[in-house]
Amino acid sequence: NKRGGRVKLQPMVMPQSEFDHAEKEGALYGKVMVHESVEFLLVQKPVSVAFGRFAVKIKGGDMALSRLTSRSNGISRPLSTAFGRFISTDTTPITIETSLPFTAHLCDPPSRSVESSTQELLDFFRTMALMRRMEIAADSLYKAKLIRGFCHLYDGQEAVAIGMEAVITKKDAIITAYRDHCIFLGRGGSLYEVFAELMGRQDGCSKGKGGSMHFYKKDSSFYGGHGIVGAQVPLGCGIAFAQKYVKEEAVTFAMYGDGAANQGQLFEALNISALWDLPSILVCENNHYGMGTAEWRAAKSPSYYKRGDYVPGLKVDGMDAFAVKQACKFAKEHALKNGPIILEMDTYRYHGHSMSDPGSTYRTRDEISGVRQERDPIERIKKLVLSHDLATEKELKDMEKEIRKEVDDAIAKAKDCSMPEPSELFTNVYVKGFGTKSFGADRKEVKAALP
Amino acid sequence: MAARIHGGAGAGAATALSTFNPKKLVAPSRTNLPARSSKRCIVAAAGSDASKSLRVGHSQKLIANAAVATKAETSATTGTGHELLLFEALQEGLEEEMDRDPHVCVMGEDVGHYGGSYKVTKGLADKFGDLRVLDTPICENAFTGMGIGAAMTGLRPVIEGMNMGFLLLAFNQISNNCGMLHYTSGGQFTIPVVIRGPGGVGRQLGAEHSQRLESYFQSIPGIQMVACSTPYNAKGLMKAAIRSENPVILFEHVLLYNLKEKIPDEEYICNLEEAEMVRPGEHITILTYSRMRYHVMQAAKTLVNKGYDPEVIDIRSLKPFDLYTIGNSVKKTHRDVPTPYAGTLEEWTVVQPAQIVTAVEQLCQ
Repeated sequence: NKRGGRVKLQPMVMPQSEFDHAEKEGALYGKVMVHESVEFLLVQKPVSVAFGRFAVKIKGGDMALSRLTSRSNGISRPLSTAFGRFISTDTTPITIETSLPFTAHLCDPPSRSVESSTQELLDFFRTMALMRRMEIAADSLYKAKLIRGFCHLYDGQEAVAIGMEAVITKKDAIITAYRDHCIFLGRGGSLYEVFAELMGRQDGCSKGKGGSMHFYKKDSSFYGGHGIVGAQVPLGCGIAFAQKYVKEEAVTFAMYGDGAANQGQLFEALNISALWDLPSILVCENNHYGMGTAEWRAAKSPSYYKRGDYVPGLKVDGMDAFAVKQACKFAKEHALKNGPIILEMDTYRYHGHSMSDPGSTYRTRDEISGVRQERDPIERIKKLVLSHDLATEKELKDMEKEIRKEVDDAIAKAKDCSMPEPSELFTNVYVKGFGTKSFGADRKEVKAALP
Repeated sequence: MAARIHGGAGAGAATALSTFNPKKLVAPSRTNLPARSSKRCIVAAAGSDASKSLRVGHSQKLIANAAVATKAETSATTGTGHELLLFEALQEGLEEEMDRDPHVCVMGEDVGHYGGSYKVTKGLADKFGDLRVLDTPICENAFTGMGIGAAMTGLRPVIEGMNMGFLLLAFNQISNNCGMLHYTSGGQFTIPVVIRGPGGVGRQLGAEHSQRLESYFQSIPGIQMVACSTPYNAKGLMKAAIRSENPVILFEHVLLYNLKEKIPDEEYICNLEEAEMVRPGEHITILTYSRMRYHVMQAAKTLVNKGYDPEVIDIRSLKPFDLYTIGNSVKKTHRDVPTPYAGTLEEWTVVQPAQIVTAVEQLCQ
């Protein structure tokens, strides 16, 4: 395939699990077994415990053994107490190494060890699975002609949305282009609002008047949702300017793709941001293809993080949610002190550019399936969860089933919602209505007084 | 030799304006009708002389001419009030709004330390500081976008294009983002931005700097357009535009910046959607705005002398159209002559674009 197929498939480096360590392995398993068996003695019902290669059925019941439990709390390897009964809700800290080091331009890269917690790990898995399921459901809705127009799907890139959300507050603003469904969800939008808006119903987040490309959520500072490639970056720098003006100590993440990285207004906005020291973070979600054109055919210099020239940049593995998290944390601290910074997220989208694009004319199927096998963000989190023994395979599968049901319910509810009223055509054109008449295509037929 | 008319009708335009005088073009046609005497002979005699004398002649006639109607608003301001030029009126309006609301800021090329290319923002940078009066680099697309982004969060930027023609570079931002965001977000975001700038034919500024872009912007849904023509309505419209929640494009005219007029001391704003009745009449309605208002008023004098009674309306609000005033007027007269920029009124041509070209060519020879 001459038009694409040059994406490098970096194999995922699994975090070193102590269970695989040559010497410690057997002793650890033994210790864990004792600890867990003692824990579960407190429970009245039999549970099936699976960890590593052992599957043990334990019957609980003796309260007197609680003393043993307390002694065994000093275990060296942090372990969640919930193990098969319920998913952990505690925040036992976990340190995770990112799979690839960061590449930096004009700044010092942050460290590869990311602080996380068990709760966060499971949250990541759950939300990413939700996003993935939502996008696949949107795919089938589009094919069923319930969603029309443009539909740009984000599956494969979920790690960027998730990692970013983990370190920012609702005051920090995010603005992105048209691939905005998952970011809207991450900002606190509900599934129902997403599907209602996609199908053009009045309960959608933009009252059905925006569609797939125009999701906004003002109360969580999500500024959308823009159709014109690259136009959101000056808007994002303007939001950063406003944050600086009112002295809010917040930052703006202006997201764009590798296709938009060649827009002139980006560099104009970057120039102004650097001049005025605005807290803007430009995030390039480099999925290597600008619609149908591979990055090596569109940009002379595909190192988008270096394109800022005098603005520091960081290249991040965008399929690793923890790398994204670390980079965004670093960027936020940097932007509040020193002005703009560029983050390049090396990511990939499995679907085509939009629903009308099969996605295989400019890339090889091997590449797509290769990335899905080696670098899929959800698989990565799944492996992490399993290796840290936070949940079993079965539990994760149950979670996915639950998510599937949740998405189906939201779709059903959205299908029931009504379409917007015809008078809505003329509302919100101006903020204050003028009472003047507005005419539709046929002056005699469609008339309305602007409210 | 610029004659200054205080509070008078549209004749305030008879101050130092263009070097080429359209009256020179009209004069020959007038000599076709020798019946009307003295006034026009003077006109014809002074015809060869370049500009101001002719204008002065007319303006003097205008004072004497009883058919001149005074504007309803300014008649109320005789007494107290202060005299200033149009760009100073704009500056006053801007300054008052910036004092009143800390969210108002100004962005544009050379608006800060330089004082504005037409001195509209003079002194503001010293008073309000660099964060509120911002000098931008030359990137219209980006700083218009930034103004719109800032407006989404609640600031009220006033974006100045050095010339309306430069705003074509920012057309994407104005059309797609500024106009449509309120609609596509279902009302979540308002864009209270003001985009202003001078446009129109100046003195030999060249093709690219002399464009009138109203017709391009007319097609954008969601924005309001107003055009100011006198210092009174310039200040009023500027203040109203800043206070409005909608995006407003304020069209000024290069050649009107030096108009002098007396305006009230007290605070006032003009209604953004209203047209101004310049001269009530009976026979025919002439719709005009911006600089053409003055040309029409002068043509109106001649018309009055010929026995017609024209009604002249300065529409001011280009989008949405003030159909109420216009409708009433047309109902009254049953005839209307729009003069969007070049008007034709029987043989009393006001100014035709073709005539401007001829005049410029003649000057250049």
